[in-house]
Amino acid sequence: MTASTSPLRILYCHCAFARVVPGDVKAAVLDQLSAAAIEFEAVPDLCEMSARRDPRIAALAATPGLRIAACFPRAVRGLFEAAGSPLAEDTSVLNMRTQAAPDVVESLLAETAG
Amino acid sequence: MSRLDGTQIRTVLYEGPGSAPIEPAVRSQIMSALLDKGFAVTALQSSTHLTAAERDVVVILGRFADSPPDFNNGFTVRFQPIDGIDAPAIVAAVEQLIGEHGAVKAGAWKPWFPVIDYSRCTNCMQCLSFCLFDVYGVSKDRKIQVRNQDNCKTDCPACSRVCPEVAIMFPKYRHAPINGDQVSSDDMRREAMKVDISALLGGDIYAMLRDRSVKATSRFSKERDDERAIKERQNCLRKLQQDMDIPAEVLASLPSVDEIRAKAQQAAARAQAAMAPETEVQ
Ligand code: SF4
Ligand code: SF4
Repeated sequence: MTASTSPLRILYCHCAFARVVPGDVKAAVLDQLSAAAIEFEAVPDLCEMSARRDPRIAALAATPGLRIAACFPRAVRGLFEAAGSPLAEDTSVLNMRTQAAPDVVESLLAETAG
Repeated sequence: MSRLDGTQIRTVLYEGPGSAPIEPAVRSQIMSALLDKGFAVTALQSSTHLTAAERDVVVILGRFADSPPDFNNGFTVRFQPIDGIDAPAIVAAVEQLIGEHGAVKAGAWKPWFPVIDYSRCTNCMQCLSFCLFDVYGVSKDRKIQVRNQDNCKTDCPACSRVCPEVAIMFPKYRHAPINGDQVSSDDMRREAMKVDISALLGGDIYAMLRDRSVKATSRFSKERDDERAIKERQNCLRKLQQDMDIPAEVLASLPSVDEIRAKAQQAAARAQAAMAPETEVQ
């Protein structure tokens, strides 16, 4: 797996300022992404980025095949729309509030292969 | 200036040409430590993949060889060698740049605010009429909008309870469906009941909640009927406060009843203007 096959197609949200995402799930997902030696964006709080209308939100939303590890997909899609950059249909949102870490990682990395 | 407008410090853990690779466990430790302190981190292996806002300061962390890699992308870049220093020391070095660049202190605000699910929203403007803190606004094309996110009262999900369509989410809320989970038909029924309660109270919920302590002082009234009526109303309000999950601090920080009424009238007028066919939206 190299950077050229997966240019920043993965976004990991650390939900640093609330305890809604289980700590062990976040830690395991981040560990495994780090171990995979791929390029990815890790943000402390996607909610805050949306409120700030961070220009990277638009860049991410425009990335084909984007995979996001955060929380409920309806909320994440709402955050992108609120920032003026709705997510494409093919964007996949993995929910670290309800899914197990191996499932989240598998879905994130499956899309980066090839 | 809103706290959402300032310069941000963000970091890049760079392992591309000109910087030696980092062990996976160390990589994870550094990223986790930075994220915990509110700094975004991009794990990068090529300088060409970096995008940033012009106002941002980007700190490139790496085990650099003699000449630093080329990041000529039109924004401020700082290089921070990380050879021989541990994750807390890296965080400390990045934190130092906050003062130097007058950047926003990461984590100073818990990002808590409503997010609208436009696939459900009918643009009825009840949320705009209800919120006393100017969180909501109306776009040029007369669509309801969350405009001043940082005016929202942390941990208060009350406006989501007045939305008849269950279209308002608070992603950091504990319970479904306000946290963004799917909306069930049971949720729809419950929400409809809550709207009925607010209608019963005349729609002036905040003023009544604020008024509760004033009413409580008259509980020694000789008039038994009055007393009973007050008790009933207090019970109703207590239940409403619980149902809406309004934190006690938010109630305690509400303005006076008169101010609330004035605010509510202003908000209602804005909502009406937005919905009226011929009027200009402010
Ligand atoms: S998007 Fe979800 S996971 Fe990320 S900060 Fe917001 S609530 Fe937390
Ligand atoms: S109350 Fe709900 S449906 Fe009405 S405008 Fe607000 S978000 Fe939309």
